[in-house]
Amino acid sequence: MKEFMMLFRHVPNPNYQPTQEDIAASIKQWQDWIGGIAAQGKFMSTNQLGYTGKVVKPGNVITDGPYAEVKEIIGGYIIVKAASEEEAVEMAKGCPILNEGGHVEVRSFMELDL
Amino acid sequence: MNTNELIPNLFRTEYSKLVAVLCSVFGMSNMQLAEDIVSETFLLASETWSKKGIPDNQVGWLHTVAKNKTRDHFRRQKIKRDKVDPDVAYMTETSTEQAFDFNDEGIQDGQLKMIFAICHPSIKEDAQIALALRILCGFGIDEIVAALLSNKESINKKLYRAKQKLKDQQVKFEMPPEDAIEERLDTALKTIYLLFSEGYYSANIQETIRKDLCLEAMRLNLLLCNNEATNLPKVNALLALMCFHASRLEARLTPDGQFVLYDDQDRSLWNQSLITQGEFYLNRASIGENLSKYHLEAAIAYWHTQEDSSEKWEKILQLYNYLLQTEYSPIAALNRTYALSKARSKKEALKEAKKLDLTKSHLYFSLLAELEASIKGQLGYLEKAISLTQSDEEKRVLQGKLDQLKNRD
Repeated sequence: MKEFMMLFRHVPNPNYQPTQEDIAASIKQWQDWIGGIAAQGKFMSTNQLGYTGKVVKPGNVITDGPYAEVKEIIGGYIIVKAASEEEAVEMAKGCPILNEGGHVEVRSFMELDL
Repeated sequence: MNTNELIPNLFRTEYSKLVAVLCSVFGMSNMQLAEDIVSETFLLASETWSKKGIPDNQVGWLHTVAKNKTRDHFRRQKIKRDKVDPDVAYMTETSTEQAFDFNDEGIQDGQLKMIFAICHPSIKEDAQIALALRILCGFGIDEIVAALLSNKESINKKLYRAKQKLKDQQVKFEMPPEDAIEERLDTALKTIYLLFSEGYYSANIQETIRKDLCLEAMRLNLLLCNNEATNLPKVNALLALMCFHASRLEARLTPDGQFVLYDDQDRSLWNQSLITQGEFYLNRASIGENLSKYHLEAAIAYWHTQEDSSEKWEKILQLYNYLLQTEYSPIAALNRTYALSKARSKKEALKEAKKLDLTKSHLYFSLLAELEASIKGQLGYLEKAISLTQSDEEKRVLQGKLDQLKNRD
């Protein structure tokens, strides 16, 4: 088993004002997807990222991020175990971000001989 | 009640208390001595009471005799020591007298310390359970054998090694320091829950032993809830969990000891007072910021005490989703998939079930049989489940389903 990180990317829509029900339904979808991975014993960790942040650049330049320069942001990630990249990709196909106009980036972890 | 019935009853309730109090006199390294004195006390009780009649205050009688026997022991020790080495410090009779604390507080205090001593991280889990049954619950060796479906020799070996380990590790008879309680409680709660599960889930054990195991686990948990230092949210959550489960003890077995599946249970047999108590402890658990796996399991168990509704199964599904992220277990994975079938559809659950790599478990194939639409498929899964289960009782239940299905065909 190897570990893979899935990054959830999407372009935020500032006009989208979800209702309580919308939020609850979305949480349910995400939890079902993650629960399904966890039920296979392949879940490692996950986090949703906040909508605001800072970008730190050389020369003590700090800007509001991440919207300032990029349209697309990373909304969160999950780390899973999978036998192969193919299997990880198969898992990613169930990710609710695909129904919310975003996409998933599946990345392996680089193994370093230290 | 005659002596033959009275003594085993008293043994069950008083043995662990006497051993705990004596251990606070002798220290953990002399647990065997404490046990010997208590056993001798009970032996003397059965001899004396059958000849001279049963005293009015039986418990007081036991305390006095145990005290006298301890005093005799120290006297013999003193003579030996005075002869061999008069300068060695030894416990005097007066200090012994002070150390004896047979009032309720002393007994509770002793049993709490005993819980922590036995649930010490250095002792292996299965040995902890055997030792807990013996020392904390006053089970006889035969009862431990029946409860753990083992044999005398192996249980005796386990107990001996565990006690040796307590000595080697110099485990103290004391409450853990405040900053260690949280962590030490985890081991204690795990052992208590295992104790309960032995009773609740194992097939083939005698009905009376099954109930005793569950009740003893709850009694030990209650001791922790009633002590300020150990009355933490997760401790209450575990007690709530066990109350909810135990509420179905009567309903999940027929009078002749056959398992009744959850869906087929007569709900009028569910014990409402235990459910109410469970709700009480779940409320007490709902403070603070930490959500332990016992909280999640207790909440799942709570919803199982409720009438069927789509909300119920949706809640159970979401709780299993969280539980599995906290800690994976095959049983939780199977239960989560079952909840998915109830909250959504069998078709969706079957798709998810096929992703679970649990092909050595008969429960997995029972679940597949439950979710599968075609009769032919169901038959195949049931046969596979029967071939994998070790328990005669579960074989019988599965065979019943299989026969029913074949007759419908």
